[in-house]
Amino acid sequence: MPENFFILFKQELWLVAIIFFLLIIKLKTKQPAVTTLLNRINVLLLLNLISGFFFNEEGRLFGKMFVTNHLYVFEKNILNLAALLISLQSTKWLENHKHIIEFYVLLLSSLLGMFLMISAANLLMLYVGLELSTIPLAAAANFDLHKKISGEGAMKLIISSAFSSTILLLGISFLYGCTGTLDFSVINNLLQQQPLHIAAFLLFFVGLLFKVSAVPFHLWTADVYEGSPVAITSFLSVASKAAAMFAILNVLNKMVQPLFITWHTVLIWVALATIIIGNLFAIRQQNLKRLLAFSSVSQVGFMLLAASANSAVSNASIIYFILIYVFSNLAVFGVISLVSAALQKETITEYQSFYTNNKFLSWCLCIGFFSLAGVPPTAGFFGKLFLLMSAAQGITFVILTIAALNMVISMYYYLRVVKTVFAKNENIGMEKIAIPVYNKIALLICVIGILLTGVLSGAYSYIISLQ
Amino acid sequence: MIELLFHITAFKSLPLGEVGGALTHIIILSTALFFIGMYGLFTRRNMITMLMSIELMLNSVNINFVAFNKYLYPDKMDGIFFSIFIIAIAAAEAAVAIAIIINLYRTHKSIDVDDVTDLKQ
Repeated sequence: MPENFFILFKQELWLVAIIFFLLIIKLKTKQPAVTTLLNRINVLLLLNLISGFFFNEEGRLFGKMFVTNHLYVFEKNILNLAALLISLQSTKWLENHKHIIEFYVLLLSSLLGMFLMISAANLLMLYVGLELSTIPLAAAANFDLHKKISGEGAMKLIISSAFSSTILLLGISFLYGCTGTLDFSVINNLLQQQPLHIAAFLLFFVGLLFKVSAVPFHLWTADVYEGSPVAITSFLSVASKAAAMFAILNVLNKMVQPLFITWHTVLIWVALATIIIGNLFAIRQQNLKRLLAFSSVSQVGFMLLAASANSAVSNASIIYFILIYVFSNLAVFGVISLVSAALQKETITEYQSFYTNNKFLSWCLCIGFFSLAGVPPTAGFFGKLFLLMSAAQGITFVILTIAALNMVISMYYYLRVVKTVFAKNENIGMEKIAIPVYNKIALLICVIGILLTGVLSGAYSYIISLQ
Repeated sequence: MIELLFHITAFKSLPLGEVGGALTHIIILSTALFFIGMYGLFTRRNMITMLMSIELMLNSVNINFVAFNKYLYPDKMDGIFFSIFIIAIAAAEAAVAIAIIINLYRTHKSIDVDDVTDLKQ
């Protein structure tokens, strides 16, 4: 064990410590009150987030299986932030729930899997991290045990993720057969433009594309998002997507550089299909969670398009976009989770005249949707701009134009919700919803994040400096 | 016939050498097993059977790993360790999946996927 083991592995150790702490509380006969427990957990998650900013070092662990550097630490900080915000937003829902501790154990073990996946420098570590990040989420998706749709969503998630991981494993087994090693850098040296190598890589890559729900592997997304509780839906759409995207970037940059010509073409077509089909399906959705599912599919398409450029700038722009995506998606989900916990309303038509009684929530929803659509003063505009600028290095202008036109289409369905919320209608209108302190803090962090990350250019140059 | 098939397909780029014959047969076995599993997953409507099909696919990958390790790279144990990890994770996955299926049976009184279609639009 190297001397700086506890520094290199600290973010994972923090999570393990919190998980054990929660399990010990669960074992005790005398349970603390619900609010005390939630307070303690949120403080622990905040400490976890803060600890990621100090004493960071670069290094390798476990026989070069686990690599950490400042960029990975930053990516993990983004995920920690997402977990903290989701935890703050779901307090109101959790207060009426019996199994608070189980919820957090599942969520944090999934987060631990994502951390291992990001830091992986070995196919075995990548596979273990991937499974650790999906299996607890499938259990968590079934958290509303008595609801029929919850069970259905969880079943679809576990079957499709198990199927995708078998394809991924078949790819890994052939990569192992071709090269005789599982280490990313050694594989990178040994791969060639040969049919078997390309087939093995494509099988492996399909497994990863399943996790980010790129078209044609997106069919599980909408059903799972609609069936799960809102807290899990937001975790799936933010943290799980982001972690899988980080892993894809890592694999493309470290492991399969010799096959660049192949995956460049594959990524462009997959990204175009993802953007177009995600947008077209999003137009006709009535349920807000389903709408956000398809919107996240199309956002992933933009990230994949930038990933095809294979440069330091494109990687930085993707990570920057994910940071913005965390803020804007969680601003929207924060409002939805409050409304869903208070009134069980989730369709767009039920949000008619939402503004009359809920001014603050309406503005949060509006800013979040503006950022997702890419309207200039918000950060989403700069995120999309940098993505398309970096993607433009490797693709023709026809493809770039199609992607840009799709931003216009996406404007329609995002702003339709905003219009419904602000449209004046005297008769109907949702009653006033009380906003607990935690939810208010989380929403304010998201809104400030959306407004500042775009205007202050520091975030983007910071990410570039990390590489 | 099988040998001929493999000489004209992509597999000839594997570093086969003398052990080519035995390894070829094992790869054919595992590929067949994989696609039998995939066929089962797509045609069966019973969730337990679908889960069994996925186990079949995972086991075919295990065969691949062990065979590659034994015949091509016998000096290191990477493949065998990987297959042990796959077995362990498959067990965890099956545990969660069966828990979900039991809960589905409680709410829907059926484990047929055609009866579980509340989310279809």
